[in-house]
Amino acid sequence: MHEPAITPELVQKHNLTPDEYTKILTVLGRPPTYTELGIFSVMWSEHCSYKNTRPLLKTFPTKGANILVGAGEENAGIIDVGDGLAIAFKIESHNHPSAVEPFQGAATGVGGIIRDIFTMGARPVAALNSLRFGELSNPEVRRLFTGVVSGIAHYGNCFGIPTIAGEVYFDKSYEGNPLVNAFALGVLRHDQITRGAARGVGNPVFYVGPATGRDGLAGAAFASQDLTEESAEQQRGAVQVGDPFMEKLVCEACLELLATGAVAGMQDMGAAGLTCSTCETAARAGTGIEIELNLVPQRAPNMSSYEIMLSESQERMLIVVTKGREEEVKRVFEKWDLPWAEIGVVTDTGRMVVRHGGQIVVDVPAAKLADEAPIYFREAKEPAYLAAVRAFRLDGLADTTNPGQDLPKLLADHTIASKNWVYRQYDHMVRDGSIVCPGSDAAVIRIKADSVPVLRADMDPTANVDKYVAFTVDCNGGYVYLDPYEGGKAAVAEACRNLACTGATPVGATDNLNYGNPHNPEIFWQLKESVRGLADACRAFNAPVTGGNVSLYNQRGALGSIDPTPTVAVVGVIADPAHITTQWFKKEGDVIILLGAPIDLADPLQGLGGSAYLRAIHGRKTGTPPRLDLDQAVALHEAMRALIYGGRVKSAHDCSEGGLIVAVAESCFSQQIARETHRFIGATLDLTAFSDGREDALLFGETQNRIVISASPVDAGKLLAQAAALGVPAHLIGQVGGDTLTVKTARGTFSAPVADLHDPWWNSIARVMA
Amino acid sequence: MHVAVLQFPASNCDQDCVHAVRVLGHTANLVWHKDTSLGAADAVIVPGGFSYGDYLRCGAIARFSPVMQAVIQFAAQGGLVLGICNGFQILCEAGLLPGALIRNRDLQFHCEQVYLRTLQRDTAFTSRIPETSVLKMPIAHGEGCYFADEPTLKALEAGRQILWQYTDALGQATDAANPNGSVQNIAGICNARRNVAGLMPHPDRASETLLGTDDGKYIFQSMVAALQKA
Repeated sequence: MHEPAITPELVQKHNLTPDEYTKILTVLGRPPTYTELGIFSVMWSEHCSYKNTRPLLKTFPTKGANILVGAGEENAGIIDVGDGLAIAFKIESHNHPSAVEPFQGAATGVGGIIRDIFTMGARPVAALNSLRFGELSNPEVRRLFTGVVSGIAHYGNCFGIPTIAGEVYFDKSYEGNPLVNAFALGVLRHDQITRGAARGVGNPVFYVGPATGRDGLAGAAFASQDLTEESAEQQRGAVQVGDPFMEKLVCEACLELLATGAVAGMQDMGAAGLTCSTCETAARAGTGIEIELNLVPQRAPNMSSYEIMLSESQERMLIVVTKGREEEVKRVFEKWDLPWAEIGVVTDTGRMVVRHGGQIVVDVPAAKLADEAPIYFREAKEPAYLAAVRAFRLDGLADTTNPGQDLPKLLADHTIASKNWVYRQYDHMVRDGSIVCPGSDAAVIRIKADSVPVLRADMDPTANVDKYVAFTVDCNGGYVYLDPYEGGKAAVAEACRNLACTGATPVGATDNLNYGNPHNPEIFWQLKESVRGLADACRAFNAPVTGGNVSLYNQRGALGSIDPTPTVAVVGVIADPAHITTQWFKKEGDVIILLGAPIDLADPLQGLGGSAYLRAIHGRKTGTPPRLDLDQAVALHEAMRALIYGGRVKSAHDCSEGGLIVAVAESCFSQQIARETHRFIGATLDLTAFSDGREDALLFGETQNRIVISASPVDAGKLLAQAAALGVPAHLIGQVGGDTLTVKTARGTFSAPVADLHDPWWNSIARVMA
Repeated sequence: MHVAVLQFPASNCDQDCVHAVRVLGHTANLVWHKDTSLGAADAVIVPGGFSYGDYLRCGAIARFSPVMQAVIQFAAQGGLVLGICNGFQILCEAGLLPGALIRNRDLQFHCEQVYLRTLQRDTAFTSRIPETSVLKMPIAHGEGCYFADEPTLKALEAGRQILWQYTDALGQATDAANPNGSVQNIAGICNARRNVAGLMPHPDRASETLLGTDDGKYIFQSMVAALQKA
């Protein structure tokens, strides 16, 4: 087959620099073939190689006593949860495909992350997602939002995984470049961990899943460059088409296959498809791999070796089988009616050799391709805009005179408002494990016997399967924009605070770093500083990072860069189901206690910098966001869990966007009993004691490290004393009861029926989408 | 009670049904869609999911599977068959139940808890449902809008085959309580012989208080009671 000659223009078109091309010449000792050039371009893209971020990623804490498979080792990290059981989880982005084709882009994002989980030998049992869009007043944004949500719903619902948590932010910076970060979590036993390694020289290599087509050609490379109008149009073909039905078959077949014991290694064909799966499995095992492309099932006629190697057709797996046990493997494929083919063999050469009709088209050292991508230490420069952000003061901003009017406006703000329009479209209850569904601080699932993959015949059943796992994802991109270091810390702290409110102790984290173009030193500074914040916070909360994803080049033409958005999903465990705590008030007459400081008077902006209040009420996105003291945060979370374990806490809800009053309002109305059936319970707050600062800061400021809890009045004294003993400020601020939310401050009182506050919060997104 | 739970390639509530039956103290096993026998089952559950991907129409392919021929025979002999969600769709496609389930009226998938009023209690699926209570159970479907032509509806009414309606918490079958646009708020029906029933809500996800509601147990308990009587 005729292949184009390698010219500097062709190299540039492959997004490789002249220096990178020189490195390829050194690695190969000759010029690459066209197919090899394509292979290097995807493997050395940011998406696959982390070439711009690897030095930063090394600063994350990744070690821990419970870590069974750590960051970077495999497709997903694995954490021990006791009794021989473990959980595998990871978050990954599908931003650029979703910008171009929102439904399929988001759907295949879900498919990809689910594959990463069952590739490890785990059964996927829960999903969540973190989404960012522009403002919903823009019809194009509504189209993207609709497409992404229905794409996630389509894939997850059909596959049969509960999509049980998530977050959605709306901000103009994401208008041309939405973010779609999908997370999945799976369950397995320690003795079921599977490696993506091509072990055993002479072992046959199988391909299973649908035929390879021209869809998704070089998607990883597409994801690693700026999105422009032309690239979006041209790259529509780089968006893959997902088939969740096929994924379900492949998943069940793979888990059954692993139970035969005949599998030596397994790897999904995700980004960079056949290329990535072959060279990575060989590199991990220190072996070589040789495949024949004529044996690869193909959907289109006359596909070139370049196309076959770079296709990102979905739902395909590469499986290395122990020689002599091929028949057992074929039986499982046939039971599930899956297309399969034996395409190659494991060798001892350390090389990835690809033949097409017998002729060698690729012959590269696997480890050098997989692991020796160039590494860049990009220039970082503090962004110019930060000077104005830091100079911002409240002097010119009149304090609120009508908080009773501000509150419903804040509740209707799309970022704060209920996301029921979103999560109602996701099946969040399949698998009979959803204990805390969307709408509280963190989701909680139960792991049970059928969460564990099929056991091998020689395995004894697990004695104690029931485990309770909580997870959540957070990131206030506005904070990160205004102060990358503090914003990074705040993202992790909020996630861990949400877990603490649920009664859970963090065991690990996975992050998705979404930024603009790293060649811009100001963007790289955002990246560097926020990673420093994430790393410090993960260390403080003992939540090692077990893996994640980097998505750069999130900017689109004149619309500019997105806010730096390192989304962080943190997973925790709850030992006793009696400790599972939800955010809504439970009973009339209960007392309301604020854990943490009512207001941070040391902050010149009193917690209003970067707040939802400044943005939604005053139209200002500025000001240094509130400081987060990590020692105080650790103390608060420890205290929260201790209080919950003491059995006296009836509800716990963290203060985040919108501050104290939004948190209390949500505690009044966020319990949904059933369709069209909500439980409303009023509250009366007395904040007259906290009159030292601004009224708007007290009510809506976002001073960090705060949680609103409720408890029986007879327990109030004990809880206040216990919190004080644990070094956490605690104040009795009100009482649950009645039909209104009534707030008394030193300057006056405002009050509104809970039902009236609920309406804008519950319906504002549905109304704009109708 | 020993229940055969069918397993189509993309059934995804099959394990949930087995789990729910076991939690209530009974036994269940999965029966693969290529099997031609149901084994020694007292009752059959056709579970939720997407059977064969359901790209054509929900349940349209599943009805041709070998196991469905066994189910049709089992039902013809008077055996108890319960279809849940996609299982209800399959039973309609297979002709074991009248009518059809079409796209929800707002064209969106709905996953939420709903209330159900039980209209008939003289069936093998409803006899143990307390007289006074509305049931709370989750739904999770994109094509749950029950539709049947006038003569069929008349026949369903005359035969007292409408078993469950979507209602509000007070048991009123209001339009707001109808999540998908089903005619007459119909959530579930049975056949004329009263041994085959289908419903869109999930009793299999409502058999433990830990999951928010255990009202689904009444349906399984009714089946046990009917089998004991038989």
